[in-house]
Amino acid sequence: MKAFQYFVFSLFLCSALPAHAALTIEIMGAGENQIPIAIVPLAGDAKLALSIAEVVSADLARSGLFRLVEAAGKLPHEPSEVVYDEWAGVDALLIGSVKILPDGRAEAKIRLLDAVKRTELLGQKVSAKSDQARAIGHRIADLIYEKLTGDAGVFSTRIAYVNRQGKANRLVVADSDGYGEQSVRLTNEPIMSPAWSPDGKQLAYVSFEQKHAVVYIQSLLTNQRTILANFKGSNSAPTWAPDGKTLAIVLTRDDSSQIYLVQPDGGNLRRLTFGGGIDTEPNFSPDGQYLLFTSNRGGSAQIYRMPVAGGAAQRQTFEGGNNFSPRYSPDGKSFVFAHFSSGKFYVATQDFQSKQMQLLSEGGWEKKPSFSPNGRLVLFATEAQGRGILATVSSDGRVKQRMFPQDGDIREPTWGPFLKQ
Amino acid sequence: MKNLVIAMVLATFLVACASKKPVSSTDGSVPEKSAETAPSTDSSSSPTSTPTVGVDPLNDPKSLLATRSLYYPLDGYAVQAADEETVQEHAKYLAANPGRKIRVEGNADERGSTEYNLALGQRRADGVKKMLVLGGAKSSQIETASYGEEKPKAVGHGEAAWSQNRRADLNY
Repeated sequence: MKAFQYFVFSLFLCSALPAHAALTIEIMGAGENQIPIAIVPLAGDAKLALSIAEVVSADLARSGLFRLVEAAGKLPHEPSEVVYDEWAGVDALLIGSVKILPDGRAEAKIRLLDAVKRTELLGQKVSAKSDQARAIGHRIADLIYEKLTGDAGVFSTRIAYVNRQGKANRLVVADSDGYGEQSVRLTNEPIMSPAWSPDGKQLAYVSFEQKHAVVYIQSLLTNQRTILANFKGSNSAPTWAPDGKTLAIVLTRDDSSQIYLVQPDGGNLRRLTFGGGIDTEPNFSPDGQYLLFTSNRGGSAQIYRMPVAGGAAQRQTFEGGNNFSPRYSPDGKSFVFAHFSSGKFYVATQDFQSKQMQLLSEGGWEKKPSFSPNGRLVLFATEAQGRGILATVSSDGRVKQRMFPQDGDIREPTWGPFLKQ
Repeated sequence: MKNLVIAMVLATFLVACASKKPVSSTDGSVPEKSAETAPSTDSSSSPTSTPTVGVDPLNDPKSLLATRSLYYPLDGYAVQAADEETVQEHAKYLAANPGRKIRVEGNADERGSTEYNLALGQRRADGVKKMLVLGGAKSSQIETASYGEEKPKAVGHGEAAWSQNRRADLNY
């Protein structure tokens, strides 16, 4: 078991409602085959170089797939300066330089070297505003991850969650490591169920500011928001279709909680389920053809699947206990959900073909799991030391990470999509 | 569809009234209680006097109307048999006081997802509303909402807290 702890203050805050966050991150477990890698601090602006190296190292360590090897001795910055015999313990080596451009932006020029074959794997420039060292670091970590594992990296993606402190509920968007928090909405009423638009530019969510559950859509670029559904009773559980042109929501205006489809502008509202009991927490398949949802139509809360075009729902979960909050994996072959039995919530996945449930956690108060967009990690809310915290587990269950916010209780996390570069 | 259901509910109620069947013990108690309470509170015949002060049964701690919270078993949303008389009393009060409005808020314990619990709380609140309407209150007097598990009255992972949180509150 390895445990790393980092205490770093978020470096850039660009919201109208700035949020200061310090996090403690713990990592437990390791992938089966960890790639030994050395991240050599970049040449150039020393402060910037150090920040970037810290972010890259922390990102790679969090994935569980890399073993960070300390760079010591004379540090190379160009391929010609690398004495490969001195790097016998590593498979890969990151070198390069960073400078502030005339326009004020920071530009990192990086090279990833194969220390075994003694060849260059990757050479690239990454730039951002000079106060966004973290963004540069995440991007470099993504490039390394993609080159060495073959999967897309998710370090540059963002997550959304609710931070509750007493009565105050803050809807937050942050980097996938929990830093760089931006407040999207602050209210003294509960906020629930944030849902990313497929382009990552908007959040749909449920807020009780009007003394009942109302679904809003808010732009992360302009902070402008619109009401998607405000019928009598409860309006909730928004989720976007992959094409961004439709959302599924849950309304109680006609019956008990039932699933409806609606356009982002509130138009073309149509009812999809007629179960009579509770149907909620819809989630679209990656191809947009099916919905998974939670229903108690069989007498207890279980997960069902039905075609978006309408038709019969098929029960998916049969394990003892109750099952909630289904989310498709990005490849559509499985889903993750919250499994409740014997007084504990577990993060679980189930393959559509084998229909076997796999528990990814030891159990506790673990809710609202969602896949990272590359399908390799699951983000969820849990509790530790009497507080609500964020946690991730690799989709094979081997690597676990817990992220403690400085204050407040974290609820309702959800992992955002890949952002177009 | 919704209007049809309401119409059917109303029709059933009207038939029940018209036939004056002494259907059950709860129904049987209607005349006595309303004789005590409803006329004095809704005394539109004497607008200048103030006989309602201190007489409004809503403020009488001995009245069933003083019970403003109903509790539920896990995952249950039907008004419990033990609470039916209380709900009937509120229904009679609302029927006798058409100017009064009530907001029924459903809540749930934390065992379940936040969304499932929101749905469960809404069913609890809507179940109370249905019973109030059957008991004579007008639908327009009643607003329902759910807070799910979002506003727990008691905090903690245990039945002591959970039993407090599986609840519908009747707020005038």
